[in-house]
Amino acid sequence: MVIADPLSMDTRSSVPTPRPTMGTSSLATAGDSSAPASEILIDIEHLDFFYGASQALHDITLQVEAKKATALIGPSGCGKSTLLRCLNRMNDLIDGTRIGRGTIKIRDVEINGRDIDVIELRKRVGMVFQKSNPFPKSIYENITYGLRLQGVKTKAQLDEVVERSLRAAALWDEVKDRLHASGLGLSGGQQQRLCIARAIAVEPEIILMDEPCSALDPIATAKVEELIHELKTNFTIVIVTHNMQQAARCSDRTAFFYMGRLVEYAETRTIFMNPGNPQTEAYVSGRFG
Amino acid sequence: MNAPATAHIFKARPTTARRREKTSFWLFRAATYLVLFCGAAVFATIVVKGSRSVFQAKAPFINTTFFTEAPESLYVFEYQGKKMELGDKAYRAFKAQNPDAATVKTESYVYSAGGIFPCIVGTVLLVVGSMTIALILGVCAAIYLNEYARDGRFIRFIRLAILNLAGVPSIVFGLFGFGLFVLFFDWNVSLLSGWFTLAFMVLPVVITASEESLKSVPKGFREGSLALGATKWQTIRKNVLPYALPGILTSSILGIARVAGETAPIMFTAAYVVRDKLPWDVEKFSDFFFQGVMALPYHIYVVSSKIPQNEYTERVQYGTAFVFLMIVALVATTSIVLRNHLRNRYKW
Repeated sequence: MVIADPLSMDTRSSVPTPRPTMGTSSLATAGDSSAPASEILIDIEHLDFFYGASQALHDITLQVEAKKATALIGPSGCGKSTLLRCLNRMNDLIDGTRIGRGTIKIRDVEINGRDIDVIELRKRVGMVFQKSNPFPKSIYENITYGLRLQGVKTKAQLDEVVERSLRAAALWDEVKDRLHASGLGLSGGQQQRLCIARAIAVEPEIILMDEPCSALDPIATAKVEELIHELKTNFTIVIVTHNMQQAARCSDRTAFFYMGRLVEYAETRTIFMNPGNPQTEAYVSGRFG
Repeated sequence: MNAPATAHIFKARPTTARRREKTSFWLFRAATYLVLFCGAAVFATIVVKGSRSVFQAKAPFINTTFFTEAPESLYVFEYQGKKMELGDKAYRAFKAQNPDAATVKTESYVYSAGGIFPCIVGTVLLVVGSMTIALILGVCAAIYLNEYARDGRFIRFIRLAILNLAGVPSIVFGLFGFGLFVLFFDWNVSLLSGWFTLAFMVLPVVITASEESLKSVPKGFREGSLALGATKWQTIRKNVLPYALPGILTSSILGIARVAGETAPIMFTAAYVVRDKLPWDVEKFSDFFFQGVMALPYHIYVVSSKIPQNEYTERVQYGTAFVFLMIVALVATTSIVLRNHLRNRYKW
C-alpha cells in the first residue's frame, strides 16, 4: 500500500486564494479528471465490529460512490450508526470497541492502519450528529472552529470561509446580520444547518450524517433534505436515517441493515420499488421496524 | 350508615394516614427550623459581640486600628481618677509624657489591643497560594481521570484513594505536612509548607468537583470538535474546559472556605502565634516563601485558649471571628459573581 496517501496530503492551508466553489480542491488534488462518475470512494470489506464481547456488525461489505448520497436504513440497533462512526473512527472514543476482521478503505487507504493520523482522517471525513451540537460560541466562531485549529488566522480568509460555508448550508441569508450572536440562539433546524456549515468549512470530502433530521420538524427537515441534494454536487454523503421517506427522497443508493448485517444494498429506487429481499420489503413497506 | 346530608364521596375524613402525614410534616418542619435557629444563633453571637471591636460610634464608624495594626498588649490602669485602656505603643508614649504613671498599678493583657492586620494578610496569602496549587493539581488530575484515563482497576483504585483522602482528619494533614515539608524538605514553618499542606487537604474536593463539572459538559461538544479534526487536547482546551470552568470555580469556593478556616493543618506548618514583621518585609525574594505567617483561625485559637480569659480578650476573639466570617463571605461572593459571569457567557 502506498503510504503517501490522500489522507495525509493537505493542500488547503497552502492555497491562499479563495476558490469559487466548495470542495473542488480535494478532488482536484486527489483524483484525475477523467475518473468515471461512479468512482468508489469508500470500500468496506467483510467488516466485523465488536462492542466488548458483543458483535455489532457482521461481515459488512459495501462500496460508497463519490459524490452520491448513500442512505443507511434499518431498525434501531441494527448497526447503521456504528458503521457510520467507523468511517471517521469516532468509535475510537468508546471503550472496548474493536474491529474483528475486515477493512475500511477510503481512496484505497486502510483507515484503521497503524500509520493513519486520525486527525487528518477526520478533517477529510466530516460528521453531522443526530442531536445538533453547535458549540456555545458565536455563529462565526462555530464555523471557524475547525480552520482555527488548523492555524488559519487571516481574518479575510476566515470571513470568506464563513460566508461560503453558510451559503452552502443555505443559512447565510438567515444569519448574516448576527454572525456574532450565539449559535445556540438559532432554531433547531438552523442549528443543524449550522453544524453542517461547520462541517463543510473544513472542506471534507465525505460528510457523514447520523440521523440529522430526527429532532427537527417537517419544514426544517425539508430544508436539510434540500441541502443534502445540493451538497451532493461537491461532497460524498453517507446518511443514517430512521425515516424511510427521507432515504427515498434524498439518497441515490440505500443500504438496508438488520441485526448487524447488511441485508440489501442497491439503487434507492430499487430498494423502495422492487426490493430483492423479503425482509427489505417488509421493512420499507412498514410491516416491521 | 347514616351519612349527613352534606356528605359526598370526596369528603375529607380524619384517617390514620392523614394524621401520620401531618405529624411527620411538622417533624420535618421543626427540624429545619432548629437548624436555621442554630445557624442564626452562631451568626448573631459573632456579629453582635464582634461588631463591638469592628465598629465604633465615632466617624469613620469602622475601627480602622483593628484592621490595620498588629496585635498589641493592652494596659489597663487608673490614672488621676480616670480609667485608661491603652495599647502597648500608646502606653509607652503616655508613660514618657507622664513619668508618674509608671508607678500606678497596671494590669496588662496580651494581644488584647491593636488589630489583626497580619492575620488577615497571612490568611489571604495562605488561601491564594494553596488554592492556586490545589486548582492546578486538581484540574490536571480531573482532566486526566475524566478525559484521558480508560476505566480500569487502576483508575478505580485512584478514585477510591481520592475519596479516602477526603475523609482524612485535618490534624492528620497537619502532621503529614509537618513531617514532609517542615522536617524532611526542611522548609521549616513557612508559607510554602502551609500552602502544600492545605492544598493536599482540599485536593479531593477540587478533583471531585472538577470531574463533575467536566462530566456535565455535553458529549456532543467533544464529538463535534473531534469530528472537525481537533486533537483531544485541543478539544479539551477550547471546547470543554471553558464550559467546565464555572463549575470548577464553584467547587473552589467550598475549598476556599475550608482552607481559610482550618487551624489544624497550619498550626505545625505555617502559623506563628505572633510575628512582628509583615510578610513582604523580607530581605530577599526567596525568603518570602520560607517565612511563617499569622493567620485568622490560628489567632482565634490562640486568643481563646492560650491566654488568660477576660472581658478584654473576648473583644479580640469575637472581633477576629467576625472579620474572618466577613472575609470568607466576601471571597465566596466574588467567586459566585465570577461564576455567574462565566456561566452567562457559556450557556447551553
